Amino acid sequence: MIGARALRLEDPVLLRGAGRYAADTYHAGELHMRVVRSPVAHGRVRSVDVADALRLDGVVAAWSYDDVADLPAIGFRLTPREELLPYRQPVLARRVVRYVGEPVAVVFATSAYLAEDAAERVVVEIDQLPAHVDPDADPVAWVDAEQATWAAGLGTPLPEQDSEATRFVTEYGDVEAAFATGAGRIIELDAVIGRHTGVPMECRGLVARYVEADQELVIDGAAKVPFWNRDAIADLTGLTPSQVVVRETHVGGGFGPRGELYPEDVLVALAAMRLRAPVKWIEDRQEHLLATNHSRGQHHRLRALVEEDGFIRALDASFTLDQGAYVRTHGATVGSLTSSMLPGPYVIPHFRVEAHVRLTHKTPHGTYRSPGRYEGTFARERLVDKIAAELGLGREQVRRRNFIAVEDMPYERPIQAMGTSMVHDSGDYRLLLDKMSERYDFPGIRAEVAARRAAGEAVGFGFGYFVEKSGIGPVEGARISVDTRGRVSVTCGASSVGQGVDTVLAQVAAETLGIPHDEVRVVRGRTDRFGYGRGAFATRLSVMAGSAVANAAAALRDKAVRVAAHELKVSVEELELADGAVRLVSDPGTRLSLAEIARLLEPVRAVEIKEDPGLDADGWFRSDHMTYPYGLHAAVVRLDAGTGQTVVERYLVGYDVGRALNPTLVEGQIAGGVAQGLGGALYEEFRYADDGTPLCTTFMDYLIPTAHEVPPIEILITEDAPSPINPLGVKGAGEGGVTAVAAAIASAVDDALQRPGAITSVPIRPQAVHDLAARVTGSRPPADAATG
Amino acid sequence: MSQTVPIRLYVNGDRHDIEIEPRRTLADALRDDCGLTGTHLGCEHGVCGACTILVDGKPVRACLMFAVQAEGTSIRTVEGLAPDDQQLHPVQRAFWEKHGLQCGFCTPGFLMLVAGQLEEKPDTDEEEMRDVLSSNLCRCTGYQNILKASMAAAEEMSG
Ligand code: FES
Ligand code: FES
Repeated sequence: MIGARALRLEDPVLLRGAGRYAADTYHAGELHMRVVRSPVAHGRVRSVDVADALRLDGVVAAWSYDDVADLPAIGFRLTPREELLPYRQPVLARRVVRYVGEPVAVVFATSAYLAEDAAERVVVEIDQLPAHVDPDADPVAWVDAEQATWAAGLGTPLPEQDSEATRFVTEYGDVEAAFATGAGRIIELDAVIGRHTGVPMECRGLVARYVEADQELVIDGAAKVPFWNRDAIADLTGLTPSQVVVRETHVGGGFGPRGELYPEDVLVALAAMRLRAPVKWIEDRQEHLLATNHSRGQHHRLRALVEEDGFIRALDASFTLDQGAYVRTHGATVGSLTSSMLPGPYVIPHFRVEAHVRLTHKTPHGTYRSPGRYEGTFARERLVDKIAAELGLGREQVRRRNFIAVEDMPYERPIQAMGTSMVHDSGDYRLLLDKMSERYDFPGIRAEVAARRAAGEAVGFGFGYFVEKSGIGPVEGARISVDTRGRVSVTCGASSVGQGVDTVLAQVAAETLGIPHDEVRVVRGRTDRFGYGRGAFATRLSVMAGSAVANAAAALRDKAVRVAAHELKVSVEELELADGAVRLVSDPGTRLSLAEIARLLEPVRAVEIKEDPGLDADGWFRSDHMTYPYGLHAAVVRLDAGTGQTVVERYLVGYDVGRALNPTLVEGQIAGGVAQGLGGALYEEFRYADDGTPLCTTFMDYLIPTAHEVPPIEILITEDAPSPINPLGVKGAGEGGVTAVAAAIASAVDDALQRPGAITSVPIRPQAVHDLAARVTGSRPPADAATG
Repeated sequence: MSQTVPIRLYVNGDRHDIEIEPRRTLADALRDDCGLTGTHLGCEHGVCGACTILVDGKPVRACLMFAVQAEGTSIRTVEGLAPDDQQLHPVQRAFWEKHGLQCGFCTPGFLMLVAGQLEEKPDTDEEEMRDVLSSNLCRCTGYQNILKASMAAAEEMSG
C-alpha cells in the first residue's frame, strides 16, 4: 500500500459538493460578524461611533477597542523572540491604525447582508499620519512606550521602539578572516523578492457557539493548528482547554497563511461567549487580500568570496524582511528560516547572514509555502549563476563544485533551523542533477535553445537547486482502532488543508494491517477526538503523523496477534497478520478476522485475558531533527520582445523525497507548488502607493496563474536518499514544488536575454523584460558560457 | 433593504419556494436558502469561478447573478451532477481518477464548467479545453490534472 498510486479517500465527498467548509456550517439563531477596517495606512483613531449601526433592526452588538480592552495582544506560536513582543497586534486597533484593513470595530447582526449594512454605518474618525512603506529606508519611530509596554505584556515598562523589530546574525566559520586573506574573487549580488502570499481559494472563516448544556465552546472552520488555537482561545475566554472544542472542517487550501490565530478568530470566539449565540464570520476576498498574512517581501544583499574554480569560500549576506504592521503568530520564523536555509546544498565553509525584520504600514507578514527558502533560493541561485558568468564557468559546473558530497552525509551545519540543530540527514545532490540531466536531456535542451536563439528567438534555459526541510517535531501521535464489525479507524491530531493527509495515513495503516486503504477511516483535526496535535505546517505530517500511524499500526498488530494466540492456543510466533486477519503461518485457513478479535476484546472478556478492552493501540513518534529533501527546478522560457511577456514553455522538477508514500499525491503537491511559484516569479505582487494604500485588493489586480499560464510540469520523483531518522524513510513533499521557481525562471530569462545577472527581482514584469530585450537586440553575443 | 420577495427556483429538478431580498445573489440563495452548499464562493466578484453553475445549460457565475433573475430558469449545481448515490458523473469520476482536486474548494466550479462545456460540445479538443478551464482559478493543483481529467471525461462522453 505504501508507495501505491492509491485513489484519494477524500474525493467522493468533495466531488459531490458534500464537503463542509467553514461557510457551510449553519446554526439556528446564528449571528454574522462583519469587521470594520481601517481605510488608511497610518493614523490616530479619534473616535469610533457605532450608535448608528446599532439602530438598524437586527443588529445585536457593535464593538470597538474599548469593548475588548481586557484582551491582550495575540501571542506567538513559533520563534517567539522576546524583542518582538512590543510589536504584537491588538484584537481591535488600539488608538493607532497601522495598515489599511486593520480591524477597528466589529458588528454582529442577524444576517450577513445586514452586518455589512451595519458596518458601513460605523463612523471612524482617524487623523492620518505619514506612512512608512519602504523597509530599506532607515528605521523610524514605531510604537511609543505606552503601546510597547502594553503589547509586550511583560508587566515591566518598555521604552518606545523603532521599526526594526529585530536584527539577528546567523553564522559559522569565520567570514571576516576569510575575506581578510585577500585571496579569491569577490562577487556581489542584490536580489529582491516581491510581496505575495498563499491566497487559498477558500477565504478564512469561523463559526463558534457556546453549548450551554455541555459547557463547551465549539468552534468549526479551524485549520492548520487547531490544538494551539484551542489553547489560545481557552486562555482568552477564560475557559479551560478541555472546554473548548476546535474542529477542522474541510479546508479550501492552506499554504501557510490560513489557520493561524488572527484577530477575527478571537472576536468570533469571544462574541459566542458574550452574546450567547452562534457567531459566524466568513471573510470576503477583498478582506482576505488586506487582512490575511502576506509573505515574501525580502531584499537580499550577498557578498561571496569565490575561488577561480567556482568554489564559494565565504558568504556574507544580509537581508531586510518587510514585516508589515505587526508581528503575528509566527514571530521571527520566516527571517530565521531564511537565514538558516540560505546556504542550501552548498558547503560554504564560512557563512554569515544578518536578518533585519522591519515594520512597515502594510498588511502583517507571515509564512507562505517554503517560507524563507523561496526567497533565499532565489538570492543564492542568482548568485551562483553570476559566479559562473563572471568566472566563465558552466552553471552546472559551479553547482557541482560546491555541493555537499554524499560521503559527507549526514552533514551538520553548525547552526539552528526552527530551533533544531541543522543536520542534512541524507542526500546525493550530484546524483539528482545527473539524473535530471539524463532524463530530460539537458545537453539536448541547451542545443535546441541555442539553435532557436541563433534563429532569432529569445529563448532560454535555466535552473535552480535547493534544499528543503520537513518533518519538524517534536512529536505526533495516532490511535488505530478496529470496531466489532472490523472497521478500522485512524484517529490522530493531524490537520489537513487539502493535501490528502487522510489517504496517506490510511495507506500507512493499511500497509501493516494488510487491508485496502479505502477500508480505513481517518478522523483528525478535532480537538475532542485526540489529545494532541502540532498541526499542518512546515511539511511535517507525512513524516510525523505518518510515522506515528506506522507505530500505532505495529502496536495494534501485536495486540491482535497476542489475543489470537491466546484464543487459538498457539504462540505468537506461529501467527501472522495478513488480509485483515490473524492466521496461522502453517495453515492460513485457521484465522481470526480483526472483527472477531475486536469482539474478543469487549470489556468483560478482555479483562479475563488480561488485555485492555478494545482492539486499539496508540503510537507516537518523536523527532528532534528535521529531515531535508532536495531538488532541482529547470525551465525553458520564451520572451516576447514586443509585449515583454515571459512564456514558460517547459517546467521540469526533480525532487528526492526519500520515499514517496503515494507518488500521485507527491506529484500533485509539486505541480501545485510550481503554479504558485510561477505566480510569485511572474504575476503576483501586493503593491502599495506611497501613502500605504494597497493597490491589489481584488483578483483583477492580484493575478493568480490560470490554466493558460501554467505549462505542463514534468516531474521526476526520486527515492535515492531515504531519511534515516524516521521509520518510513520519508521526507515531506509539500513545499519543494515552489522553492526554486523564481530562481529557475530568472535564470532562464537571463539565458534568453544572454545577459547573465539581468534579473535581480521578482515578479519579472513584462515592462522589465521589454526594456532589457530592447537593450540586447542587435548586440546579442553568441551562445556563451552562460548557457553552460 | 429588508423588503423580501417570494421567488421560485428550480434546482436540480427540485422546486424551492423561498423568500429573499431582491439584492440577494443567486449563490447566496442556493447556499443559504436552498441548502445547497456545494456551490462555493471564492471571490464574489466574478473572477475565480468557484461559484460556477449551469443556468439553462450554460455556465454562469452564481455570484454575479441575483436570485430574482433566475426565476423561471433551470438551474444545475454540483449536487445534481451525479445520477445517484452510487455512481458519479463522468466528469466527477475523471477528476477522481486523474487527481484533479486537492482541497476540493474550486472543484464544484470546475466540474460544472466542464460538464457544461462537454454537454454542449463533447468533442472539445485540448487547446479549447485549456481556454475554457482558464476561466476558473485553482490554487492547489497547477491545473495539469484538471486538464487531463477534463480530456478523459471528454473522451468518455463523446465516445
Ligand atoms: S465567487 Fe463567483 S466568480 Fe468567484
Ligand atoms: S483543489 Fe484547491 S483550489 Fe483547486
